[in-house]
Amino acid sequence: MIRIRDVHKRFGAMVVLDGVTLDVQDGETLALLGPSGTGKSVLLKHIIGLIKPDAGDIDVDGLHVPTLDRDALAKLRRTIGYVFQNGALFDSDNVYENIRLGLTDPNEFGDDAFARERVSECLRLVNLPDSTLAKMPSELSGGMRKRVGIARAIAGRPKYVLYDEPTSGLDPVNSDIIDGLIRRLNDELGVTGIMVTHDVRGAFRTADRIALLTGGKVVAEGTPDEFRASQVPEVRAFLERDFDLAPLETGLLQ
Amino acid sequence: MSGLIVRLQRRTGRVVLDTLASVGRFAGLTAEIARGTSEVRIWLPRTFAEAYNIGLGSLFIVLLISAFAGGVTALQAGYQFTGNIPIYVVGAIVTQSIVLELGPVLVGLILAGRIGARYAAELGTMRVTEQIDALESLGRSPASHLLLPKVLACILMIPVLVVFADVMALVAGWFISKQSLPITDQDFAYGARIFWQPFNAWYSLIKATAFAATIGLVSCYYGYNTQHGAAGVGRSTTGAVVSSSVLILLLDLILAKLLLVP
Repeated sequence: MIRIRDVHKRFGAMVVLDGVTLDVQDGETLALLGPSGTGKSVLLKHIIGLIKPDAGDIDVDGLHVPTLDRDALAKLRRTIGYVFQNGALFDSDNVYENIRLGLTDPNEFGDDAFARERVSECLRLVNLPDSTLAKMPSELSGGMRKRVGIARAIAGRPKYVLYDEPTSGLDPVNSDIIDGLIRRLNDELGVTGIMVTHDVRGAFRTADRIALLTGGKVVAEGTPDEFRASQVPEVRAFLERDFDLAPLETGLLQ
Repeated sequence: MSGLIVRLQRRTGRVVLDTLASVGRFAGLTAEIARGTSEVRIWLPRTFAEAYNIGLGSLFIVLLISAFAGGVTALQAGYQFTGNIPIYVVGAIVTQSIVLELGPVLVGLILAGRIGARYAAELGTMRVTEQIDALESLGRSPASHLLLPKVLACILMIPVLVVFADVMALVAGWFISKQSLPITDQDFAYGARIFWQPFNAWYSLIKATAFAATIGLVSCYYGYNTQHGAAGVGRSTTGAVVSSSVLILLLDLILAKLLLVP
């Protein structure tokens, strides 16, 4: 279980998280919606210990992430897959080596036959052919890079997967494949997921619960039906896509 | 007036704090790299790959520059030591100045530019494109995967390159001496041997190793701590080259004082 309590984070004068509180139960997929620049990705990085909070608690399976030492943090990270917004593939390594680095068990990583089989399996899960294995990241399209990033994140069979905009930049067919994969990982393997996304349609299709982060706080959360029926003004504004139009309507761009 | 003094004090304080913070981060990174040595299976193959790349990749430029340095040293020695000073002194001057000073320092400065810039830019790009975050998110240590192989490759290959440079510069010095000065092979060899001590070779290697560690650690430090996108990568690259070069010259002075002057 992931438990986030009253987390605050600022970068210089800019307050990014202003008391975020959120629980993610084992086996569920939570979609975290919110306008751009509201700290959704920053929150994900707190969960995996890449950023430390200024204040507040983040517990994963009872472990207090901000105070874990180097070895304990590395051990915890092996149970969490992280899909980066732009793939973050190692550009000096080919696709095979990239996904292989996702094998976080040292024995599996060291077993060439197992690694090759598992890497191919992960590649098929994200709808990419084996011919992709020898390619370098620079030879892939943005969407392919993203899918290789997902394959790398799930290669080690993590208990949790944190998806940072998993479908942005993908065509509708591949977006549906990734949404379906996230759902299958949750249904068949019990993987707990947190998906940061702008894709409202994908969030409703994929998530067990949806939360809205805006103004540095989680202002609403619930099942997709509860979220759809919510009368919280920010939820209405987000669902009706008023956020992006607001500056135009108020003349800020003039 | 008092406002000016306060501003000066604040600025001085900020510089001191920034410097101390940098020293602390550098020490922390060095300790992290040392801890990475436990993962031999990870860093060993990567070290060989890095060593091959920087060794072979730098060999031509090192040989070229050391050939010119050897030739120029021979000509200048011939120009300065004419008249009553025996001509065989040219052999001594060429050998001593190349092995004790020019070989390690010139190669160090060249490689601070070539390898230091490459490492800082590579790591800086990995930092700003979240590749280092991705490595950490997989529970893997950037020290054993990225930093240690680079530092070790420098420590392994730069002394070897210095040996090549010393030999090339000596050969070039001997050849140019013969072409432009009234010196025989026997004179040159006699001069080279008469002031030679085995410690000179060790001294050259000690300096090369110290410079190598400096280039590796400093460039990794700048690259690893890169911030703010492409401009940050540029700043890190420049910082790595300038700092490595200055530290090489400083170490050159310190080592000469410690090892050569009783």
